[in-house]
Amino acid sequence: MIVTNNLSKNFKDVRAVDQVNLHVRAGEVLALLGPNGAGKTTTVRMLTTVLRPSSGTAHVAGYDVITDAVKVRSAVGVLTEEHGLYDRMYILEYLDFFGQIYDMPAEEREGRIQYLLDKFDLLDAVNRRIGQYSKGMRQKLSLARSLLHSPPVLLLDEPTSAMDPASARLVRNAIKSLRSEDRAIIVCTHNLAEAEELADKIAIICSGKIIASGTYEELKQRLLGPGEYHIQFAENLDNRDLPLPSGVEITEKGTDWIHYQVTEPKEINPLVLQNLVTAGFAVVRVEEIKRSLESVYLQAVNQAPLEEINHVD
Amino acid sequence: MWINLQKAMIITRREVRDQLRDWRIIAPIIILTILFPGLMNFTAQQAVDFVAKYGAPIIADRLIPFLLMVVGFFPISVSLVIALESFVGEKERRSIEPLLSSPLSDVQLYLGKLMAVMFPPLIASYLAISVYLVGVYRQVGWVPDTILLIQVIALATVQSLVMVSGAVVISSQTTSVRAANLLASFIIVPMALLLVGESMIMFWARYHVLWYAIFGQLIVAWLLIRTGIAHFNREELLGRELDTLNLQWAWQVFKSAFIGVPGPFRVWWRMNVWGTLKSLKWSILLAIIFTLAGSLIGSAQAEVFSIPADLLDWENIEDGLVTGIEEIGPIRFFSIQGTSVILFHNLRAIALASLLGIFSFGVLGIITLILPFSIIGYFTAIAGQTGLSPWKFLLGFVIPHGILEVPAIILTGALIIRLGLTLVTPNEEYTIGETWIRTLADWTRIMLLVIIPLLMAAAFLEVYITPLVALNIFSH
Repeated sequence: MIVTNNLSKNFKDVRAVDQVNLHVRAGEVLALLGPNGAGKTTTVRMLTTVLRPSSGTAHVAGYDVITDAVKVRSAVGVLTEEHGLYDRMYILEYLDFFGQIYDMPAEEREGRIQYLLDKFDLLDAVNRRIGQYSKGMRQKLSLARSLLHSPPVLLLDEPTSAMDPASARLVRNAIKSLRSEDRAIIVCTHNLAEAEELADKIAIICSGKIIASGTYEELKQRLLGPGEYHIQFAENLDNRDLPLPSGVEITEKGTDWIHYQVTEPKEINPLVLQNLVTAGFAVVRVEEIKRSLESVYLQAVNQAPLEEINHVD
Repeated sequence: MWINLQKAMIITRREVRDQLRDWRIIAPIIILTILFPGLMNFTAQQAVDFVAKYGAPIIADRLIPFLLMVVGFFPISVSLVIALESFVGEKERRSIEPLLSSPLSDVQLYLGKLMAVMFPPLIASYLAISVYLVGVYRQVGWVPDTILLIQVIALATVQSLVMVSGAVVISSQTTSVRAANLLASFIIVPMALLLVGESMIMFWARYHVLWYAIFGQLIVAWLLIRTGIAHFNREELLGRELDTLNLQWAWQVFKSAFIGVPGPFRVWWRMNVWGTLKSLKWSILLAIIFTLAGSLIGSAQAEVFSIPADLLDWENIEDGLVTGIEEIGPIRFFSIQGTSVILFHNLRAIALASLLGIFSFGVLGIITLILPFSIIGYFTAIAGQTGLSPWKFLLGFVIPHGILEVPAIILTGALIIRLGLTLVTPNEEYTIGETWIRTLADWTRIMLLVIIPLLMAAAFLEVYITPLVALNIFSH
C-alpha cells in the first residue's frame, strides 16, 4: 500500500529526508517516531504529493506520487499537523465541502458524515461554528475529515495531540478499528505509549534518516540487547551457588531475587527453571522485565549519529 | 474544462459563503453598491444644474457617463483586498494543507479561488451601475447608449479580472499577507494610470477607444491567470520561509546560472553563449516578425502622413548632410565622443525596453524596440514616394551600421520575449523567483558578451563609416 525507495527531500542546501525506505501493507499500522524536525511531516507531505521528492520513489495505493499525484491524493486520508479548519463554517458544511471535493455522491456524503459525527461524539456540536470548538473537538473533526471518503491509506500526524484522555482513547480505538478494515496507516507521534499500543511496526527517524525499524520486539532485541528476566525465590539465597546453564548472565542479584539476560529464552529459560527446582530452590515467579518503547527510542536516538541501525522493510 | 470548472466551483461556493459571513467584506460592498451611486447621482444632478447656468451642457453630457464608469469601478476595488489574501491568508491561518492534499488539480484550486474573489464584488459592481442608472434617469432623464452600457459593464468586468488575477498571482507567491499587501502597489499603480486613461477617453467621448482598453485588459488578465497557474506550487505555499531578502542566495543562483557549464573558454562559449542563442531561436523569429511588422506599419503611415516632395530636396542632400552633420546636437561624427553618445543612447533604449518588458510580459519592451523600425519604414516609404530609391536610402543611412545594430536589437527583443514567456511558462524545477534570476543571468550573459559588443561596433560604424557611405551615395 505504501512503498518508498530511497525517498529524499532537500530544501535548498538542507537534506530534510534522506533515503527513506518504508513498506506498509494493507492492515498494518506503522508508527513513525522521531524528535521535532526529524523529517516525519516532510515524509508524510511527500506521500500526500504536497511536496515533490528530490530523489527516490514513492508509491501510495499503487500510484506514483509524482506521475499520479491526483490519484494518490484521492486514495489518501490525511490528518495534518495543523487542523486546517474554517472557523466561520459549521461542521456539516465543512464535511460536506470536503465530501464534494472527494467526488462523493450527496446521499453517501450525508450517511458518512452522520456516521463519523456519531463515532467521534460530535453530533451535539453541529449547531456551533467550528471557531467555537475546543482543541480536542477540532482534532476529532480533522480526523473525521480525513476518514470521510473511506481512504485505503491513512496518514495521521499527531492524531491525539491536545486531546483529553477520554477523547484520545476514542481516537485510538477508531484507529485500531481502521486497521482491521485493511487500511495501511502511518501514524506520526511523539506519544510512545500510543505508538506501542497501535503500531505493528515502528520506524524511528532522526535527521531525515530512518535509524531503526521493525516490530517492537525486534527493536527491543536489536537496541537493548537480549531479553532480561526476573526470578523471585521464596527464601533468601544466602550466597548459595545457583546452578544456571551456560549462556545465562546474571545482571543483578538481591537477597531473594535475581535478574538475568539470555539470548535464546525459548531454549534456555526452561533449563534455568528445571535446574533451580532440581537443586531445591523454591521459585515463586519468573517474568520478563518489561522494557518500554521509550528506552528503545532513546537508545536509537542516542545511537543515531554513530550508526544507522536499519532500514524499514 | 467542464470538470475543472465544476470542481473549481466547489471552492468558489465555499469561499463566497465565507465572505458573505464576514461583515468586514459585506459592509464596504453594501456602502459602495448603494450609498456611493446615490452620491454620484447627487453629483450628476448638481453638475447638470451648474453647467446649465453657463450654457455648457457638454460637460454634463461627458460627466454622467464618466460617473457611470466610476460607480462600476469602486465596488470591484474590494476584490483586490480579498484576492490579495486568497492563498497567503489561508496559509497564515494554517487552513490550506487539507485543501492542497485533496484531489483538486492546480487549475481547479486556482480557478476556484479566482472566481470566489471576483464574483461578489463584480455582482456588487453591476448592482451599483443599476442603482446609478435608475437614479440618474429619475433625476435628469439620462439613458445610456446600449453600446456604451455594454462597454462600461465589460470594462468593470475586465478591470476586476485584471486586478483579481494579478492579486491572486501575488497571493500565491508571497509568504505573508503583509508582503502581499506591500506588493499590491504593482497592481494599484498601473490600474490607477489605466483609470486616468479611461477617464480621459470618457471625457474625450471617443468611446470606440474603450474597446481597445477592454481587449488589452483581457489579454493581460489571460496572461496573469496563465502566469499564476504556471507557477502555482503547493510546496511553496506550505513553505515557512521568512520575508527576508536573501541576497546571498540570489547572488549564488545568479552566479551559477551566469557561469553555466564550466570548461575551457571555447567550450564554455559554445555551451553557454551559443547554446543560449540557439535556445532563443523561436524568440528571435518572433522578434524578427515584430520588427518587420513595425517597419510595415511605419511605411503604411507614409500614406497617411506624407511629406510633400518639394520639402525633400534629394538633389542637394550632400550639402544638407554636411551642414546637418555639424548641427546634430551632441553627436560629433568621426569622433570617439560621437561613438559614445550613440552607444549610450542605444544602451539606454534597450535598458528601458527590458525594464518595460519585465512589467508587461515583454509587450511594452517589444513595442519600444519596434518603434525605430517603424520610423525607418516610414522614411523609407517617404523616400520612395518622393522619387528616391528606397534601397538607396537604406544603403546610405541604415545598412552600414544597421548590419550590426539590427541583429543586436533583434536579439534584445528575443531576450525580452523570453523574459515575458518565462513568467507564463510552467516550471516545476524552480520557484518563480529562481526562474527569474536564471533568465536574468541569461539576459546578462548575452547582453555583455554579444549585444553590447555588437552595439559598440555599430556605434563606431555609425559615426565613422555611415556618413562616408551616405556622402558617397548622395554626392554629385
